[in-house]
Amino acid sequence: MTSSKKSTTDPARTMVLIATRKGAWLFHGDADRTHWRVDGPHFLGHVISHLVLDPRDGRTLLAAAKTGHLGPTVFRSTDHGRSWQEAQQPPAFAKTTDGTGRAVDHTFWLTPGPASQPGVWYAGTSPQGLFRSNDGGITWAPFSSLNDDPEFREWMGSAQDGTPDGPKLHSIIVDPRDAAHLYIAMSGGGVHETLDGGATWHPLIAGLDVVEGFGFDASKPTFHDPHCVRLCPSNPDRLYQQNHCGIYRLDRPANAWVSIGGPLPKNVGDIGFPLVVHPRDADVAWVFPMDGTSVWPRTSPDGKPAVFVTRNAGKTWQRLDSGLPSAQAWWTVKRQAMSADSGDPVGLYFGTTSGELWHSRDEGRSWVLIAQHLPEIYAVETATL
Amino acid sequence: MNVLIPSALQSYTGASRVEAEGATLAALLAELDRRYAGIRFRIVDEQDRVRRHIWIFVNGIQVDTLARPLTATDQVNIVQALSGG
Repeated sequence: MTSSKKSTTDPARTMVLIATRKGAWLFHGDADRTHWRVDGPHFLGHVISHLVLDPRDGRTLLAAAKTGHLGPTVFRSTDHGRSWQEAQQPPAFAKTTDGTGRAVDHTFWLTPGPASQPGVWYAGTSPQGLFRSNDGGITWAPFSSLNDDPEFREWMGSAQDGTPDGPKLHSIIVDPRDAAHLYIAMSGGGVHETLDGGATWHPLIAGLDVVEGFGFDASKPTFHDPHCVRLCPSNPDRLYQQNHCGIYRLDRPANAWVSIGGPLPKNVGDIGFPLVVHPRDADVAWVFPMDGTSVWPRTSPDGKPAVFVTRNAGKTWQRLDSGLPSAQAWWTVKRQAMSADSGDPVGLYFGTTSGELWHSRDEGRSWVLIAQHLPEIYAVETATL
Repeated sequence: MNVLIPSALQSYTGASRVEAEGATLAALLAELDRRYAGIRFRIVDEQDRVRRHIWIFVNGIQVDTLARPLTATDQVNIVQALSGG
């Protein structure tokens, strides 16, 4: 997500927000996005799953945090990270009387609400749950309509299901035209949509292939594993999805996703985690494929990392690897760890599992390192100040 | 009573030991949270279960229920489990 708040006198400056397994860092770019000043670490030793700047006020930062020993929380800053305050009531499931209720292990995803609802934020957790704050992240309340619904609980699976460090509720998207129209994705558990602000939900999984192919009922959300869903800001009726089974596009009001990953080279495949959309051109999207064969190594295919771009909504894809290692690079990029800024040309950023922050000032044609030797990077977001 | 605070939670208390009161472990944790906002949820989850990697000892005996009665002379030690790597 990208902030659009900008001074009328100073040139726009890009801030890149890095969440890692061991803390958070802020990288402040100059007007050319050539030189970067590092600010960090913040929360050294904390697992930071997501760090997001509120695009509505340009100053409120939320960080989803936990440590190896302590419970999860959310930290909040209103001065670009110079000082932090802890949420008074972090995301937590409803308490049950028999002691068997779920407990949030970590908040995984943060989404600011729409411009029409200042102070509203959404959070997705592991185990999978959806939460909302109406006061800028100070207090959070659970969505019982989803978190405690028996059918959703079945679709979510148990804490043992999903990704290696727990199933995630992610890709919380608010339609910029309608604050009551939300999308969420669950790994696993499918993509879901509400038209009434979260009171009722319905699955949005038609057209998606099912995990492990035949043998599972594709009409059941349980068997669907969306990795990353993005809505195009320039055309909010278009969504793209990187899924366990490939890459898809959905043009509303249609309800069926269309597979668009087929044209990618067969020796690369269309499995991956992150997906980024162009801020002004809904035909343009970037992905970072990984090795999803056999036991799922989750590395760059053949040790040769590359971004792929489509400029025609998925009809064709082009490999973008200039500047990236040409061999023996076995890192990959997590679902939240690739992002675009609002510049022209668009700047792209991705963080690797090996702690490198890569940057392109030309929409992916060439890549340079901003930083290396960071901890494993979990999320990369940008903001324009 | 005297409460030992682990290093990971001293950002809340500013000290490794604090004096606090409570008729039960639940009351003690509530008092700590009143004084050091947020500390309780880092120790105990929303179902009132002591978190997996936190141990609480009263007079050297590990306890796992917040209903454990306490007296003013008890020594309560909150420690990080030796786990992870």
